[in-house]
Amino acid sequence: MSNKLNRGAAIVGAGMSKFGAFPELTTRDLFVQAFREMRASVDKGFDPRDIEALYIGNFSSDLFEGQGHTAPIMADWVGLTPRPATRVEDACASSGVALRQGLIAIAAGLYDIVLVGGIEKMTNLPTERVTDTLATAGDTLYEIPAGFTFPGFYAAMATSYMDRYGATPETFMQVGLKNHENGALNDKAQFGASIRQVMAQKVARAQAKGRPVPTWADEMDFLHDDRANPVIAWPMRLFDCSPISDGAAAVLLVAEEMAKSYTDDPIYVTGSGQASDAGLHDRPDLTSIGAARFAGQRAYEMAGVRPDDIKVAEVHDCFTIAEIMAIEDLGFFPAGRGYRAAEEGLTARTGSKPVNTSGGLKSKGHPVGASGAGQVIEIWKQMRSEAGARQVSGDVDLALTHNVGGTGQTCVVHIYERR
Amino acid sequence: MTDRAFTSASFYQFLDEHKLMGTRCKACGALHLPPRPICTACHGEEMEWQAMPQRGKLAAFTTVHIAPTAMIEAGYGRDNPYCAGIVQLEGGPAVSAQILGVDATHPEQIAVGTPLHVAFVERGGGEEKHTYLAFEPDED
Repeated sequence: MSNKLNRGAAIVGAGMSKFGAFPELTTRDLFVQAFREMRASVDKGFDPRDIEALYIGNFSSDLFEGQGHTAPIMADWVGLTPRPATRVEDACASSGVALRQGLIAIAAGLYDIVLVGGIEKMTNLPTERVTDTLATAGDTLYEIPAGFTFPGFYAAMATSYMDRYGATPETFMQVGLKNHENGALNDKAQFGASIRQVMAQKVARAQAKGRPVPTWADEMDFLHDDRANPVIAWPMRLFDCSPISDGAAAVLLVAEEMAKSYTDDPIYVTGSGQASDAGLHDRPDLTSIGAARFAGQRAYEMAGVRPDDIKVAEVHDCFTIAEIMAIEDLGFFPAGRGYRAAEEGLTARTGSKPVNTSGGLKSKGHPVGASGAGQVIEIWKQMRSEAGARQVSGDVDLALTHNVGGTGQTCVVHIYERR
Repeated sequence: MTDRAFTSASFYQFLDEHKLMGTRCKACGALHLPPRPICTACHGEEMEWQAMPQRGKLAAFTTVHIAPTAMIEAGYGRDNPYCAGIVQLEGGPAVSAQILGVDATHPEQIAVGTPLHVAFVERGGGEEKHTYLAFEPDED
């Protein structure tokens, strides 16, 4: 294995729907929104008919919406039949893996221009059926019968991490606080509110309805309130968990040598790594996601860069513990130090290693099959200095996305370069 | 008993008989739980059934308040959480199981490393009634 691309590729357009709960919108409506924003983002314009193939990440439209075979529907709804349209499914890593499939197709020389997308519509179902559907990303024969849910899997990893390194549930709350701060600056975020703003909203709602007005000393007091922030699967509380979301994202990926005909400011995808793993109980270390370490190493090696070189990263914070493990697995911080980095603010927007400036899955939302492509939208904006109020300072010449499927049975990492 | 296929159906038949059975690779001796037909250590394809250790330690756990449908039907939920965990068997593999005999309403009192032994739990009614793997703490 050479671990090299025979031909490079670049992102020349990127767009997303708002993430949230949209009772009136289906997957295809959301995808059309993402497609239109992607189209408008191509600086020099482009003819959609130039697209040669589509790779669409989607976890479980079958169970969420009763609709399978979604890729050709997306192709049809944006007028791209008869081009090949392929659905990519690796649970919550579906559209990160779709990006990799697009990259591989371009590197192989088969296509020059591909559309990479991600879609998910989760809010049609009641919470327990969403829980059941997400659980199908675990091992339904040997893990789910134990009573594990997705919050439960990550909560179990959190107990192992706490036991080994001395972290506390309060540590994890810091990740939620930070990601809500960032999401408050993102108009696409499902929760466009900091925790303090969430508290104010709850007070205002209670006042308007004439109910007893809750009082909290500060954000941590609020996050310890069992009513305001109930335990979902201890030690993961509501504000440790990404929400149930609808959303779509779309990315235009072209062969490197063509990129400048679409924009003077393309974002090159220079590293890609993907790995698989067994179920959680079969892993030697429950405080780390082995597939993330493997995928990250491959991506760094391909791009020829080191973790310290990365200026901004979007990582898969489906639960707050997941962000702590991610920043260790990616080599940003040593094992067991990620929680201290979070407490010290190193991963804040103004810190030395900004992580999840978009608000992450926690605040931006987690329409699972769209989340990987959604991460790319933030990287596109940060690298091109288009992130507005949440723009990090300095030259973002190297960035990274980390997209996890299930409990880490899949991980895909990409590295992006601005030249 | 020993000529059963190396499948999940056989694993659950054994559980119905209150036996925790995995497989052992005849080539390299690796133990597999759940039972596997191909050895992930050496790719050997000759397996035999092997009774698994009955004791282990809690490696990781959670107490679940927002439960899946199957556990809601078993009587659990927001106000009646249950404990699920990963148990590292003594001299064997690790396995996912419900953890009985702990107070799931006080998770901060449940400790990683707690010694446990095999138990079995019945869930579902009528045709849907099955035996599932569980563990519980040793008596002091």
